[in-house]
Amino acid sequence: MIEYQNIFTQVQVDAPDYPGVPIGKDEEHRMGGPIHSWIAGKLGDAQIGPIYLGPSGFMAFLFGGLAFLIIGLNMWASVNWDPIQFIRQLPWLALEPPAPEYGLSIPPLNQGGWWLMAGFFLTAGILLWWWRTFQLARNLGMSNYLAWAFAGAIWLYLVLGFFRPILMGSWSEAVPFGIFPHLDWTAAFSMRYGNLFYNPFHMLSIAFLYGSAVLFAMHGATILAVSRYGGDREIDQITDIGTAGERSMLFWRWCMGFNASMESIHRWAWWFAVLTVITGGIGILLTGTVVENWYLWGVKHGIAPAYPAIDAMPVVDPLMTEATQ
Amino acid sequence: MKVFNSLKAVGLIVAGCLFLAACENPPPEAVQRGYRGVGQELLYNPDALSEAIANNQVPAPQPPIPAGGPKAGDIYENVEVLGDLSVGEFTRLMVAITEWVSPEEGCNYCHVDEGFQYDTKYTKKVARVMIAMTQKANVAWGDHVGGAGVTCYTCHRGQNIPEYVWATDPGRPHPPGVMTAGQNIASVNAAYSSLPNDSFSLYLEGDEEKAKDLPWRVAGRTALPNGNAANVKETEWIYSLMMHFSDSLGVNCTHCHNTRAFYDWEQSSPERVRAWHGIRMVREMNNDYINPTTDWLPDHRKGPLGDPLKVNCATCHQGAYQPLLGANMVNDYPNLAKYTVAAPTTDVGEEAEAAAESEENTEGMTAGN
Repeated sequence: MIEYQNIFTQVQVDAPDYPGVPIGKDEEHRMGGPIHSWIAGKLGDAQIGPIYLGPSGFMAFLFGGLAFLIIGLNMWASVNWDPIQFIRQLPWLALEPPAPEYGLSIPPLNQGGWWLMAGFFLTAGILLWWWRTFQLARNLGMSNYLAWAFAGAIWLYLVLGFFRPILMGSWSEAVPFGIFPHLDWTAAFSMRYGNLFYNPFHMLSIAFLYGSAVLFAMHGATILAVSRYGGDREIDQITDIGTAGERSMLFWRWCMGFNASMESIHRWAWWFAVLTVITGGIGILLTGTVVENWYLWGVKHGIAPAYPAIDAMPVVDPLMTEATQ
Repeated sequence: MKVFNSLKAVGLIVAGCLFLAACENPPPEAVQRGYRGVGQELLYNPDALSEAIANNQVPAPQPPIPAGGPKAGDIYENVEVLGDLSVGEFTRLMVAITEWVSPEEGCNYCHVDEGFQYDTKYTKKVARVMIAMTQKANVAWGDHVGGAGVTCYTCHRGQNIPEYVWATDPGRPHPPGVMTAGQNIASVNAAYSSLPNDSFSLYLEGDEEKAKDLPWRVAGRTALPNGNAANVKETEWIYSLMMHFSDSLGVNCTHCHNTRAFYDWEQSSPERVRAWHGIRMVREMNNDYINPTTDWLPDHRKGPLGDPLKVNCATCHQGAYQPLLGANMVNDYPNLAKYTVAAPTTDVGEEAEAAAESEENTEGMTAGN
């Protein structure tokens, strides 16, 4: 019996060249391959290509590549074109947004202009890639869950780098391009606005993010566990449930009293993933624009408890004591 | 076979646990700093702690000298700072300073063969400034150094130049078409974060009035916006200085702060007040004692931009939450804990300048200079 399995098994998912379903007038956009890769077959399908590039894909690559080049060359130039330092320092290097004094104006290239330009090209590339996912799904007669989920991620990206800086009146509020720098920015952002952990939308976003990971693991494990009964044929099981679906659903009912259905588990997963970025984006958008200090906001609304003082002697702001002296 | 498989699984789990636990071995010691259950605790690696104890042993004090006897200023020529000491006490302190600062070079690190009175070497002039600075710290900055005090050894530890000093960072070379923003490079100053790598020039020296306007207190003080214009970039500067604090003292943020509300003094530990005074003490040391030496300090004792090597937290602390783990050396050298020249009544900066001027005058009588 042939099993459609890989990663964990020796089975190669390989077949003769398959060009895909006919899609009419855009046929010529399919290019490259197909080739067959043994390594790819260990992970997924062994056939690579043909890829559907199309005008939006081409432009997305072009704009994304330009952004990548601008960011990379700025990083490299910031270590004076030293190739060894470029590699060694790469996690530290960054392309920074303009300084606060530039507000929302367009600064000189070396004062953050490069950042604006890279941001523009990256955004254009991402939006074109989004249009591409939309279009490809259309061409294949699929509905567009993928494109809308991707739009959720783009929402968070745009809030961080575009919507919120505009509301705050300064590009300097945006995130730098860089590996450690964007992480340090995140920590500084939380400190400036009084601890993001008290932001209820941040809480929701974390819950959905971790929930997504748990749901993903639960679903993957469940389906693998019943694949011996054909459970991996999920679409069949949705429309005509068999013993695989029955067993997997019974497992969770026994386990926790409630079970998703063979179809609804995918809606659960989709919404968890999408709500991660939607709630996250809302939380960022509110920070600094309508909430100044999330901890104090939490105190005000009764979600931040008070604890007894840590020392017998109360600590007083030295500036306050100096003022009264 | 099944038994074998379960044995294998158990073995794997045990190995995995060992692997994870061995990531930090021996396990860190936690010191509770706040109310139970809120995670306000300090973590210490026992290995690092024992290393710190070994690195922070203090030298035995010089044997005490009977009180009395003529004053050093009456016996020796050109004793400006320590002239009120008895000759015995003066000599004892000189021997100690030699042991602390120039154990290999001996007296000749500061003095010349022609006679102890000559100010030929810049090091002798520096020593005067440093003694005055040490006295000021012990007398006026008890809010920071109280309990242990400081001596030359606190920073020098047997070296001519303390191991941890700083000078203004000239920035890294780069083409004019890009900016480095003073950050985003691996730097020990920012404790290897990508934060700004010279927060010292901003916060630890410079005009006191201007210092009040620096981005210190960036966090909002109200739940809703009220005109606080501090932005995230400014936050990164003070964050960088705080990384230096943490790195220099070998402590977590929780040494001073309740991290759920960094800004809030009422939830902070008393150490935060101590650190607050420390910032001001260090700024005074750099402004009033070290920077005025710029004019006559030789170039090889200056940074790339020509400013002297200055003090930050690491200069004294050197990785310990209290320098020398709180050992009190100054009790053995009480002359370092009081003003032995006229106590500065107004501004120490002016006095230091005056001292520098008088030293220039004495240079005229220096043989062979």
